[in-house]
Amino acid sequence: MAATILRRLNPAGAAPPRAAPTLDLARRAVSDSSEPLTVETSLPFKPHLVDPPPRTVSTTPRELLAFFRDMALMRRAEIAADSLYKAKLIRGFCHLYDGQEAVAVGMEAAITRRDAIITAYRDHCLYLARGGDLVAAFAELMGRQDGCSRGKGGSMHFYKKDANFYGGHGIVGAQVPLGCGIAFAQRYRKEGTVTFDLYGDGAANQGQLFEALNMAALWKLPVILVCENNHYGMGTAEWKASKSPAYYKRGDYVPGLKVDGMDVLAVKQACKFAKEHVLENGPIILEMDTYRYHGHSMSDPGSTYRTRDEIAGIRQERDPIERVRKLILTHDLATAQELKDMEKEIRKEVDTAIAKAKESPMPDTSELFKNVYVNDCGLESFGVDRKVVRTVLP
Amino acid sequence: MLGAARRQLGSGPMLGQVLRRLRPASADAARGYAAAGKEITVREALNTALDEEMSADPSVFLMGEEVGEYQGAYKITKGLLDKYGPDRVLDTPITEAGFTGIGVGAAYQGLRPVIEFMTFNFSMQAIDHIINSAAKSNYMSAGQINVPIVFRGPNGAAAGVGAQHSQCYAAWYAHVPGLKVLAPYSAEDARGLLKAAIRDPDPVVFLENELLYGESFPVSDEVLDSSFSLPIGKAKIERKGKDVTITAFSKMVGYALQAADILSKEGISAEVINLRSIRPLDRAAINASVRKTNRLVTLEEGFPQHGVGAEICMSVVEESFEYLDAPVERIAGADVPMPYAANLERLAVPQVEDIVRAARRACYRAVPLAATA
Repeated sequence: MAATILRRLNPAGAAPPRAAPTLDLARRAVSDSSEPLTVETSLPFKPHLVDPPPRTVSTTPRELLAFFRDMALMRRAEIAADSLYKAKLIRGFCHLYDGQEAVAVGMEAAITRRDAIITAYRDHCLYLARGGDLVAAFAELMGRQDGCSRGKGGSMHFYKKDANFYGGHGIVGAQVPLGCGIAFAQRYRKEGTVTFDLYGDGAANQGQLFEALNMAALWKLPVILVCENNHYGMGTAEWKASKSPAYYKRGDYVPGLKVDGMDVLAVKQACKFAKEHVLENGPIILEMDTYRYHGHSMSDPGSTYRTRDEIAGIRQERDPIERVRKLILTHDLATAQELKDMEKEIRKEVDTAIAKAKESPMPDTSELFKNVYVNDCGLESFGVDRKVVRTVLP
Repeated sequence: MLGAARRQLGSGPMLGQVLRRLRPASADAARGYAAAGKEITVREALNTALDEEMSADPSVFLMGEEVGEYQGAYKITKGLLDKYGPDRVLDTPITEAGFTGIGVGAAYQGLRPVIEFMTFNFSMQAIDHIINSAAKSNYMSAGQINVPIVFRGPNGAAAGVGAQHSQCYAAWYAHVPGLKVLAPYSAEDARGLLKAAIRDPDPVVFLENELLYGESFPVSDEVLDSSFSLPIGKAKIERKGKDVTITAFSKMVGYALQAADILSKEGISAEVINLRSIRPLDRAAINASVRKTNRLVTLEEGFPQHGVGAEICMSVVEESFEYLDAPVERIAGADVPMPYAANLERLAVPQVEDIVRAARRACYRAVPLAATA
């Protein structure tokens, strides 16, 4: 849905008058052409036990502009969430994804909504990439009834079952076996779909990951383990936590690929490759070399364990949105001003969504007792003082 | 009075024969007294239940250690690999956290896994998935992600297996909203509750008992029918009585029935409630019984502190306090890790005489003071 909103940001009449199709290259409106365009990834893929995909990636102007819009929207949404948290409208935990947008967007471009994605708690942008609603996202963050989990989940528990997005998990590493289980079901039903099972460099040392990977390899499950390596597990640098931080090799007998996670086209290429691979061969690991600008969560300034120079350096050299902006400008798919206008529209879009989300009320108190079970069969449940609050579950 | 020949009560194998007597009006009242009723073991009951549910619904599959080629560590899954193939009966490596997570993930996607823990002691390696990934998901997702999974296996003490292999997890799992926790006793319970658990759209912890697997129980044709199931959340009055209520689950139901026999000779008529369901607990049945008898003994094999009996006692205090004519009595396992030596093990697990003594106390019959340690 976010993508649809974004496409509506640039209706035909918004830019200067469109020139005649294909011929006139001067003063052309923002391109939505589907003409193929070939781009080389910034870095080669580093393989482990597999032949890597080529560095040349096929894309289109329309796709590149969509990448720009989607990532810019995610960036804007996460920054807005930061402000909401500081304004105490978001409570508890809030783990922001800004800097890592290329992983969510590139992955989505390579797969269908019938493929599944599961991740941990840094899940807002994955939810949006899967077609999640912006208003529902902010409402959930603020604990309102129109939230995507009706206010009962919070930041770490976004789900979108109809888009095969399985959350949204708070226990580090637990999502890895769960994702292998989803892939198990896909193989059991012979669906020809795959699961992208995301985790971080911190979770990469979890024993249950290796337990699940072993079974995934034994049973040839169509699962892609995606290590979003942002180099810090909370405040611990990867080299302090992992004897071997080459996460793409940690699968041992399972092949892997190291990918520049700040390059949306490289991500897309790797995910496309991985999907084909696992359907034939069983699991593969993709290590996305990425970076988060914010700290681990909103209670972490993110500067006690890394330098501001490092953060600024990444922003300068590797920012995923800036990369795509450069590509768009180089290929003359839009002007700098047009892209800036797009960003302004996005900012307005996000502000409107937040305003709408703020109007959503807190959940009704009856919601407290809903969804404990699917089949409640008239079960009793109790409030804090059961002489005052007790109910038969709906 | 109690029909079939009484035998001298001894250890396990005698139990089945004693229990061949008819139970008073209950779920299997359809069966005539004189019918040469069929008997099946709890093991057969579980095996046939799994078989029938797998046959009826292709999304049901089994996963666990040695469930396939070994025919099941306790032979509960015997024959199922041959019948349903390796895609539906999966032998796993010894990696509980991994395969439990995989099972829960498969349930997220709509399959109906039955995960076996070789004993529930090993479930602790996977408990995060049972609680955080399974029990809470439907709530956290506001109903989007339900988890139709069953976790089953032997629970509680066996014989001489020591501290790490003897714990009862009923209280732990029943603590958690979002889980359902069942504890069958008889073959009828085993069949009906396992079928209900597999069909249920919520995560169910199914606590079996190793020492009951070989016990035979009479079953009616209704129980043997493949559509049979028992409601979750309803206890069964195993034996009607009027002087004192004894609540129990799993193997302890048999002990309670033995105790009731002894008590009846002293003129105390005990009502034995087979809980069947620990969560949801059938508070209505328990309270109705206590309002009738006015006295309660809670019985369980597990550790006493924060146990099932504590919850039952509180429920009765909250709802039926005025009906109590005596303090609630509690019989539970000893508050120590399970010892190995046979005499110490005997002291660590409830025996029939402990139940009898507690019931007498509840009825204000004189009892010799218990020796303090």
